[in-house]
Amino acid sequence: MAGHVLVIEDEPNIIEAIKFILSREGWNVATHSNGEDAVDVVRAKSPDVLILDVMLPGRSGYDILRELRGDAATENLPVLMLTARGQSKDREMAERAGASRFMTKPFSNAEVLEAVRALAPV
Amino acid sequence: MARDTLTGSRIRERRVAQGIKQAELARRAGISASYLNLIEHNRRRIGGKLLLDIAEVLSVEPALLTEGAGAALIASLREAASDMPQASAELDRVDEFAGRFPGWAELLSTCRQRITALERNVETLTDRMTHDPHLAASLHEMLTTVTAIRSAASILAEPGEIDPDWQARFHRNIYEDSARLAETSRGLVTYLEADDETATETGAPQEEVDAVLEAAGHHVPELERGEPESEALKRLGQSISAPAKELLQNWLSRYARDALALPMSALVPLIAEFGPDPAALSQTTGAGPAQVMRRLAAMPPDVLPDPVGLAICDASGVLSYRKPLPDFPMPRFGAACPLWPLYRALNRPMVILSLPVVQQGRAGDGVWVDALAMPVGGVAVNSDPIFEAHMLVRPMPRDIDAITQPDEVGVSCRVCAKPNCIGRREPSILAPIG
Repeated sequence: MAGHVLVIEDEPNIIEAIKFILSREGWNVATHSNGEDAVDVVRAKSPDVLILDVMLPGRSGYDILRELRGDAATENLPVLMLTARGQSKDREMAERAGASRFMTKPFSNAEVLEAVRALAPV
Repeated sequence: MARDTLTGSRIRERRVAQGIKQAELARRAGISASYLNLIEHNRRRIGGKLLLDIAEVLSVEPALLTEGAGAALIASLREAASDMPQASAELDRVDEFAGRFPGWAELLSTCRQRITALERNVETLTDRMTHDPHLAASLHEMLTTVTAIRSAASILAEPGEIDPDWQARFHRNIYEDSARLAETSRGLVTYLEADDETATETGAPQEEVDAVLEAAGHHVPELERGEPESEALKRLGQSISAPAKELLQNWLSRYARDALALPMSALVPLIAEFGPDPAALSQTTGAGPAQVMRRLAAMPPDVLPDPVGLAICDASGVLSYRKPLPDFPMPRFGAACPLWPLYRALNRPMVILSLPVVQQGRAGDGVWVDALAMPVGGVAVNSDPIFEAHMLVRPMPRDIDAITQPDEVGVSCRVCAKPNCIGRREPSILAPIG
């Protein structure tokens, strides 16, 4: 099955690659590259799965996720967090903020696809 | 045990090293073996002709037998012992050790200095890896670019047809990203190489800037003449790392603003009239006392024959600028003494604390300090101010009417023996006084 995926990431070429591989699998992919208004965009798009980068211009991914988890409408939204830092404390921070999955760069396309498939509601 | 009483130990050491029996040396020096035994155990003082005779028999300069180890060596050995108290080194016999085994003592001292330097380097490198924003940003940039390249490349490498437009886009993306990756990695290598060159010598960017300013006498003629900051940066920032250059640039910008607000032509006559008194000069010129302090610290020796010192710290207490004086040294590494009025000023912002202080263990009447904490930046909505403190250190004014007992402060805890100090952070390497 396929559904809606929102990718919030500030690197345009990563966005393009993720969009391509997910679209090819039948997912509807929307993208956004700014952290400041990311929460509004998530509410407006109501995706089935959110792919969220940690380091975004304007606001960190952790902050965005914490706000989403505090909102009844998005508290259960499956979120895959992307980060360039793979230290255990970063993983803990992502878990504490409420990430469903955590993936460190450089990840492979297959890993992203597998994660989105696993996170998507049945 | 005083060092000049160890002559006997040195005689014994030399005699044993040369394989001469005690009785033999006594006979050739014309004294009894029992008397030589007393001398060798430092129970009899020795000097004059007998010393010369024994030195001749042992074929050494008499001075080698009478002069003990240098004070610096003794101090270094004491520090080595305090670094590892669990070793239970016989501190009361350090003079004897250095006197009897000068070579081993020197080796121990050198090893200890090397360990300290290496520990400092490890600390600096660890700190850099953890907190260096430039390094962290560069690595993040590299990983992100690698991710983009990997994703695009794996799409192109997959079997099956791909739309020509998409194919062209991913080819272009890989080309652009690889160029970006090359640029980032080149920049990172340059940065690490530059830091590597300076790490052993100076450690951190702030220390590099301190060394540059010290060499320049904290005075920048180009900026005094109103020339561009870039000229001064070109001259002073020749051989420092990129992060240090950034710090230096900030410092030069501030210097230029200060020099514009208080040019030497206006300030020098006032210093002649009022002396290096920041409060009086501030009142007369209308400039802020902190700015006056920075200007005083930048004055050349012909304006201020008795130089002033200056320390600036941020709200966390970290020294961001230091111009020490012989009578008021400032720690090069780590934190300074928490009793400095510099830190007390942070508790009483926007009040000039003006008082005499003396550094513990130092001779003389002490120095006069003026300390002031001022908010950094302007007023902002719902934002607490962050303070920066300045402390000017100047010679004791001559026109002080009442004799005020100076406050006793230290340099830093490790080299301060002040007993029962409420500000003590760590044990001293020196024995407590009193």
